[in-house]
Amino acid sequence: MPVTVDLETLGLDTGGHLLVQRALAGLRPGGRLRVRGSHPQLALHLGAWCRARGHRVELAGDAPLIVKGAADELRWAGAERAGLPGQVSGRADPRWGLAARGALVEAGGPPLDVAWAERDLVWAEVAPRLYARAAAAQWDPATAVDWSAAGDLPDDVEDAVVQVMTYLVENEHAALIVPARMLANLHPHFREVMQLLAAQVADEARHVEVFTRRALLRRDAPGVSGAGGRASLRTLLDETDFTLASFLLSVLGEGSFVDLLKFLDRHAPDPVTAAVTRLAARDEARHVAFGVAHTAHVVRADPAFLSRLRTAVERRHEALRDTAGLNREVSDSLVVLAAGSWEPAAIRRGWDAVRRLRSEMDEGRRRRLAHIGFPDDEAAELSALHTRNFM
Amino acid sequence: MNALLLGAVAYDPKVVTIWEGFRRWLGGRGFEFDFVLYSGYERQVEDLLAGRVDVAWNSPLAWVRARRLAAAAGVEVRAVAMRDTDRDLTTAVVVRSDAPLTSPADLRGRTVAVGAADSPQATLLPLSLLRSAGLEPGSDVKVRRHDVGVGLHGDHIGGEREAAIALRDGLADAACVTDANLLLFGREGTLVPGSTRVLAQTAPYDHCVMAAGPGADRASAERFAELLLGMSYADPEARPLLDLEGLTRWLPGRTSGYAALEAAVDESGFYDREGGVRAGDRRP
Repeated sequence: MPVTVDLETLGLDTGGHLLVQRALAGLRPGGRLRVRGSHPQLALHLGAWCRARGHRVELAGDAPLIVKGAADELRWAGAERAGLPGQVSGRADPRWGLAARGALVEAGGPPLDVAWAERDLVWAEVAPRLYARAAAAQWDPATAVDWSAAGDLPDDVEDAVVQVMTYLVENEHAALIVPARMLANLHPHFREVMQLLAAQVADEARHVEVFTRRALLRRDAPGVSGAGGRASLRTLLDETDFTLASFLLSVLGEGSFVDLLKFLDRHAPDPVTAAVTRLAARDEARHVAFGVAHTAHVVRADPAFLSRLRTAVERRHEALRDTAGLNREVSDSLVVLAAGSWEPAAIRRGWDAVRRLRSEMDEGRRRRLAHIGFPDDEAAELSALHTRNFM
Repeated sequence: MNALLLGAVAYDPKVVTIWEGFRRWLGGRGFEFDFVLYSGYERQVEDLLAGRVDVAWNSPLAWVRARRLAAAAGVEVRAVAMRDTDRDLTTAVVVRSDAPLTSPADLRGRTVAVGAADSPQATLLPLSLLRSAGLEPGSDVKVRRHDVGVGLHGDHIGGEREAAIALRDGLADAACVTDANLLLFGREGTLVPGSTRVLAQTAPYDHCVMAAGPGADRASAERFAELLLGMSYADPEARPLLDLEGLTRWLPGRTSGYAALEAAVDESGFYDREGGVRAGDRRP
């Protein structure tokens, strides 16, 4: 006895095929389905619909009879799952393409052309937690900062703030582009890393916005952009390896940057400068956490990778040997900003504060390098080779 | 063995993708194959008979003409394969639901919208159906033709869609559309579901067929057909090609489904008995 489906008055031109499809799904090829219904064009529609799907239809009896074809089963014959939904595979198959982790993937179609498809080259166990934290900590520049609270600063203190903001914006441009490039070459099977990098890119986009807005709050144009600083940032963009890019940008660069942002928050001459640097520092700390955890993950899997990290630092140092590092305008502005006035005693306090900042940055880098697996002496040596441009 | 050369009509840009894909697929199985594309079926049929192509992917009307030309020349054309979707189509003569028409004879003195002049499914076969109901197209019923893609033998859907729109908009009392396109026009909203009903429909007929011409090496043509028939919908390399070409499997060619079209061609004088093209406006 064939299975029966009753479409009542429904036609195949208004969704009736869904009921037919559902009934056919329970049959094997060769199985028979009787289709009842009172739509005047039912038989005509069924003939056309079945023909296109490789089913046969017999119209001789009191209601059309479909003999199921094999096309549906054949289509899925070579399908395989894109890994397991709850488990990150050691290697993501390029043939899984953009499919969700664990989805049943029809065979065929173009393989995904991405460089990073090995878990241990991109992963960190903390990635899912960091992503959840990043998603929960997104903030709206329009409301998270009270833009009316800036007040009026002495002209040259305002100039110093504008110069520092100008410098921050160009650093954030690099910090946005590097993870965007990593993201574009990452297999989406490593979903949590992809999401985390996407949140990181969104964070940097926000930082660019708030630093630009602060720079232009009382001025018509931002400050200057030194060639040495741009050369330093350019070397970050040149790094094509996922882990080396993450290491140079996040472990060393953004790590130092967090110290700088905290310094700016602490010494900010106005509440807006304090707010934007405090908000950015929180985000950057997450970026650093992933960079450190990921690099440590790679080194645990392959301790010899330490020498590649070392070479990357040395290569960047070599590339920047002939540049001036942090430009004088930025460096002077930091002192003035921390001083808050041009009183000689204040300038001295500002000077000391910037000196302490450099030393905090160095300590932070050494701590992170040691966490990754470098012996203390080597960590100190590598920290000293870090760019004088901070990032 | 030289490469087997196939002729196909480029009724849509996807035809290039399709036959390049088939060439790659067949090449991967050690079969040398190439294709030439035509802008219409008439020259393709003439080249098939002249041996300039070995096989032709023929419309049903092109098959009728090729068969007539071959018979007149004392040579053979053979139907070697067809798609599962080429078998047992029907064309419906559709009217508006509220029209006071109950049989084809009621169309006397009224206007019937058809597809392109050379569309077997949307013009020649349904007009033959009307003749069998005693209505001579052009005198007993006014024929409103929609010459989209003339030369493509109705492969272009435009003529049928325009015929359906003419019915919907009251410019015609009936429209001739295939079963598949009637379903499509309802689903896409060109015809509001429930707004039309079927007044009559043709007996089942067959559509395209792969024809081997007199110039084809027999063994090569047979191997070609054998490879086509072996293409599986389970093969991820073949499946996109089958989807593009609109089939789930190739079947052996059969010629039993063209009798109605042969009759329609004779009635309308579309071709003469020897496959000669009669006069008439068939400019693309």
